[in-house]
Amino acid sequence: MYRFSLFVSAIVTALGSTSPLHAQSSVYIPAILELSGAGAVSGTNFRDGMLLAIDEINAKGGILGRKIDTPLLDTQSDAGVSRAQVQKVLDNNPYVILGPVFSGSVLVDMALTQAAEIPEIVGGEAAAITQKNDPYVFRTSFGQQFSMPKIANYIRDGVKAKSVAIVWVNNDFGKGGHDTFVKEMAARNIKVAADVSTESGQVDFSADVVKVKAANAEAIFVYLNEEESARFLREAKKQGITAPLIGETTLLGQKVIDLAQGAAEGVRGHVGLTVDAPIPAVTAFAERFKKRFNYVCDHNGIKGYTAVYIIKHVSEKAGKFDSKLFAQTLHGTTITPQDEPGVLMEVTFDGNGDVDRQSFLGEVVNGKQKIVEILPKLGK
Amino acid sequence: MASLIQLLVSGLATGAIYALIATGFTLLWQTSQTINFAQGEFVMLPAFFILAAMNWGAPFWLAALIGIAVSIVVLGVLFKLIIVDPMLKYGVLPLVISTIALSLFLKESAKDFYSSQAQPFPALVPATDIHVLGAVVSTQSLAVLAVAIVTVSALHLLLNNTRLGRAMQATAQNPTLARIVGIPVQRMVLYTFLINAVLVAIASILISPIYLAKFSNGETLGLAAFTAAIIGGFNQVRGAIVGGIILGVLDNLSAAYLSSQYRGAIPLMILIAVILWRPQGLFGRIEERTV
Repeated sequence: MYRFSLFVSAIVTALGSTSPLHAQSSVYIPAILELSGAGAVSGTNFRDGMLLAIDEINAKGGILGRKIDTPLLDTQSDAGVSRAQVQKVLDNNPYVILGPVFSGSVLVDMALTQAAEIPEIVGGEAAAITQKNDPYVFRTSFGQQFSMPKIANYIRDGVKAKSVAIVWVNNDFGKGGHDTFVKEMAARNIKVAADVSTESGQVDFSADVVKVKAANAEAIFVYLNEEESARFLREAKKQGITAPLIGETTLLGQKVIDLAQGAAEGVRGHVGLTVDAPIPAVTAFAERFKKRFNYVCDHNGIKGYTAVYIIKHVSEKAGKFDSKLFAQTLHGTTITPQDEPGVLMEVTFDGNGDVDRQSFLGEVVNGKQKIVEILPKLGK
Repeated sequence: MASLIQLLVSGLATGAIYALIATGFTLLWQTSQTINFAQGEFVMLPAFFILAAMNWGAPFWLAALIGIAVSIVVLGVLFKLIIVDPMLKYGVLPLVISTIALSLFLKESAKDFYSSQAQPFPALVPATDIHVLGAVVSTQSLAVLAVAIVTVSALHLLLNNTRLGRAMQATAQNPTLARIVGIPVQRMVLYTFLINAVLVAIASILISPIYLAKFSNGETLGLAAFTAAIIGGFNQVRGAIVGGIILGVLDNLSAAYLSSQYRGAIPLMILIAVILWRPQGLFGRIEERTV
């Protein structure tokens, strides 16, 4: 009798998880993220921001009356695994896919989501992502083709440097940033005095700093992932580098500042997204995040949080769950905090899936990121 | 010249840490034919033991002692009793696979129980610099070198100048004969596991301020130390030490003077050369077995 009831309950459970009734009560938005491996810091920040938004939305009844169902799939920071995970979730007819964050993974996933006509909201920043005429890929932050001109202007007008050394990480993210940056430097007649590529996960930067120091450039642009940025800064301080150290978002992040243990002091640069932005909605989000997860959110946390609210707003605007309609609606859309407070700052999507919003110039002062200037949207 | 000194000191400091880890590899191999592919994770873990002790309010020196003590129990005693002893009777290969599984388990556990994010780790000495012939040499690098040299010297004294050390060497050379002359072979094997645990804990204290404490540190460290042990000679402690130092120095010099893109390939090219022309390693001895 016991075995029979166990059998019946197993059948009921199995049916329940796949029945139309169950499917209608939630909307399937899987997240494919770097939860382990080299990208774990970025992936877990994105995940936690996303989970915070999902819980807030579900507590208020979900999207169009349906709760958000978001299983988490780990890419292990590997593009091949990421592609396999995308293939797996596509078999279950997702509405939208969230992630990944690593540009290399996004670039190999895109063909699958495009073929399946499923929108993918990603954390990747490599310029190439939105240059492939894929109508189903959308960013959550600036692509490098938008952020690098801002950095280049700052080096020319703010730092007034005539020569620059660049230290970059040799992966899709770093290569994309490097290529765009070098192009922007050439356009402004600024000489690239040293061009030093490093490896993802590298720990010893003494040789790289020796090279940069020997170049005697007037500014040093550092474009590395978080931990490598901290290690580079510590080595630069050790070897007595005096030229201004300039970065883009990551270099001025609180995690890098903490890990660098004083070596980040005085670092300057452009910041696309930051919890230190002098915007009340961002500050309130940062406090909620810190209270729930007990650590300070980085820019990837903001990407994850706003991505979910973007899905909510666009779905409600479209009035139904239709993946194709979602992608069409999001192109060219501007979402203001008045329309949807969860987007935190006004954001505009162009026809390629790139975003435009305000950004910031920052500096590290007394172990904290200090925003010194708010830059307007490019479109204004 | 200044750059060269800087690169040499930095490379020696990193190489000395590789040497400590590689020494553990060779000790375990010599006494129990154990190739521990979780050795890198064994270096990663003590840093988290120490951080956990500091989170409970212990000062760094006490936390370091607690970390070493916990490492002796977990990475020495428990590793031998739970993994090595039951698996060794099935041969080297099942044990190798078990240690690979253990490395994955330790890595994911550290991530789940602590955090996936890198954690700052206190340095042994304050971050000050010394100027030598125009080069800026970090006191932290010098402290790492000093501690590694003292540790290796103490190990050398233990193995060569004490009765216990000679008994351990006898066990490594011929366990059957050692048993006949009354040496408690099993206890000697256990001691090597305990020594390995102490070595990895010290390596962890030295490397974590540079690498930062992170669950994935073991991947790089384990591979570097394994390569160092093979280059130097897997069956000789002095070979592991030389292999570690060669690797650390070469990595820095090749990145600065050859190509930073191919810095990871240079040690592997040397590894291939050693395997082709001197398979026993630079300081290793040829082992022959009856089959």
